[in-house]
Amino acid sequence: MWYLDTLPKGNYAIIDRVEERTAADPISARLCELGFVPGESVKIVATGPVGADPIAVTLGTSRFALRKGEAARIVLRRPV
Amino acid sequence: MASPTPSLQADSTLHIALVGNPNCGKTSLFNQLTGSRQKVANYAGVTVERKEGFFSTPQGRSVRVLDLPGAYSLSSTSPDEDVTRDVCLGRHRTETRPQLLIGVVSATNLRLHLRFLLELRSLGVPIIVALNMMDEAKRSGMTIDVAGLERDLGMPIVPVISLHKQGVHPLLEALDRPVPPPPAPLPDGTDIHAEVRRLIQTYVTDRSAGQERLVDRLDRWFLHPVWGPVILLVVLFVMFQTVFAWAQPLMDALEGGITMLGELLLRPLPDGVLKSLLADGVIAGAGTVIVFLPQILILFLWILALEESGYLPRAAFLLDRLMALAGLSGRSFIPLLSSFACAIPGIMAARTIQNPRDRLVTILIAPLMTCSARLPVYTLLIGAFIPHKTVLGVLGLQGLVLFALYAVAIVSGVIAARIMTRGVKSEEHPLLLELPPYRRPNLKSLALGLWQRAVMFLSRVGTIIVSLNVLLWGLSSFPLPPQGATGAAIDYSLAGWIGHLMLPIFAPIGFNWQICVSLIPGLAAREVAVSALATVYALGVSEDAAPEKLLPLLSSQWSIATALSLLAWYVYAPQCISTLAVMRRETRSMKIVLGATAYLFGLAYFAAFVVYHVTKAITGEA
Repeated sequence: MWYLDTLPKGNYAIIDRVEERTAADPISARLCELGFVPGESVKIVATGPVGADPIAVTLGTSRFALRKGEAARIVLRRPV
Repeated sequence: MASPTPSLQADSTLHIALVGNPNCGKTSLFNQLTGSRQKVANYAGVTVERKEGFFSTPQGRSVRVLDLPGAYSLSSTSPDEDVTRDVCLGRHRTETRPQLLIGVVSATNLRLHLRFLLELRSLGVPIIVALNMMDEAKRSGMTIDVAGLERDLGMPIVPVISLHKQGVHPLLEALDRPVPPPPAPLPDGTDIHAEVRRLIQTYVTDRSAGQERLVDRLDRWFLHPVWGPVILLVVLFVMFQTVFAWAQPLMDALEGGITMLGELLLRPLPDGVLKSLLADGVIAGAGTVIVFLPQILILFLWILALEESGYLPRAAFLLDRLMALAGLSGRSFIPLLSSFACAIPGIMAARTIQNPRDRLVTILIAPLMTCSARLPVYTLLIGAFIPHKTVLGVLGLQGLVLFALYAVAIVSGVIAARIMTRGVKSEEHPLLLELPPYRRPNLKSLALGLWQRAVMFLSRVGTIIVSLNVLLWGLSSFPLPPQGATGAAIDYSLAGWIGHLMLPIFAPIGFNWQICVSLIPGLAAREVAVSALATVYALGVSEDAAPEKLLPLLSSQWSIATALSLLAWYVYAPQCISTLAVMRRETRSMKIVLGATAYLFGLAYFAAFVVYHVTKAITGEA
């Protein structure tokens, strides 16, 4: 299993699915509303100054800052 | 549920609301539509509070527009989004449901913004889509088939450019046409994301895909693990240096102007109680505070410009780990930074924090962030006691001390938050922050924002501050000294009595009774303490001592230990009733407010005590 928090900076990947940590996980729900849905491609453009956390992710035309714990809900697959 | 379709006569006011994602240009559209005809609730944060405006269409229909807080979805995750959801659904307690929604979407970020727009379709309310930032989209090589998209969505689409007045004209014209029917809701079970993807594939061609955009180039520097924090530090440092340096000539000019005006106005009056009231109570009181308007406005200009440019969320990104040290997330950064202007918008901006505990801790430490009302006190004391010289060639010592006061407050805030969050089982605090494209701050928006703050500040001067000064003047003037008394008049007054009564409590931290007296009105608004000192000393020393004489007066009458102790007191003391009132309103708990008051006064007393005695030991004063 391959998650967004381990994607190296500058690399593209495709979102496979978003996992829920708890029942009706509000963070997963918000991630989906922000467009982190299966099939979208993501790229890490920057990492935070301490411990490479948080990460800045490009998703389509938007860009988000996620903590690693949040990014670890997003399962990736390789781009074809 | 059938929603009532509003019947509209030409003479009735049309109630509309702007709704859209954060960073869709909603607020600048609102500013273009209404100009200065807006009503911002008393303490304006940035789109957290209720913003209402009025305008008329070319054909004379009058429109009332509500600028709803930016939201990503109707399934709200913050009190901020609750407002948007409740108004849209017609469930809000005090707002009526708008007759028409303006769904604002940015052409540069359709993938995100169309999703929310599709969600709004289910509301059964008429919607006009304002497709914003068309110019920017075109420049980046994007073409949108607006007519096709309009047909497909079943909602009228009006391309707008919210940066200038002509850019919003198409929307004004659209408002002259009959209100469109509500769009049909999406069929049950529609995958909104798939629908957005289909719409974009069908109607949008983007030749810019894969090209490097401005945001990529800038983020490479601003989010760089090393250069990012360096740039942030430089920005913050320059910000505080300019607040101190740029404002000085303006302040001198204002001070001179007010003194002249006072003399001019009062010349015809005979000496006596009335002249003393007007000169020492009203003009001197208001004057010493108005003088600080330039500083407060420069600070607000910085915060507004950083916010509008899109840099602020980057700062939150860089500071997220630091915030995590305090047990918070980068989201707390924006409320806390706003608190440097004033804790009131800061505490209100904390509404955008989803996690209730993070929100509470942010509210509790917000008063520790040095608000602009402390600046008058800091400026006065630094001017009087810190020599005006340069260290290391370029840095002003006075600016450095000011910087240190801010730094100490921030470190204390981090420690306080740390203590408050300790022992609580750590749960997850989401950051999930959008990093919007960089934009040049819009001059009109900046000007409006500054204007609103200037009015807010001056109306406070006009109401609370002047009335408190008059009250204080009364306390300091009456009862009159007995015939043939030799001491200063204020020694015999009520204020003197209260000050002397407080003295035993505050003597251990080096305060004299004049400071004690000025602390009382300072409770209503911190900046009043300066004018209160002016009143106390003006009355206590000579008849017509002007406010500018306060500075040399203090440096001759107070020891440096007392001055530093008062500075330390001001770093912590919750000397502002309005802040406590907002805290009460936002937390709905008197217990929290009392707890906050107690911990802040405790810290203030402790810090002042330590500073006073350490300074005394160093300087060797008795």
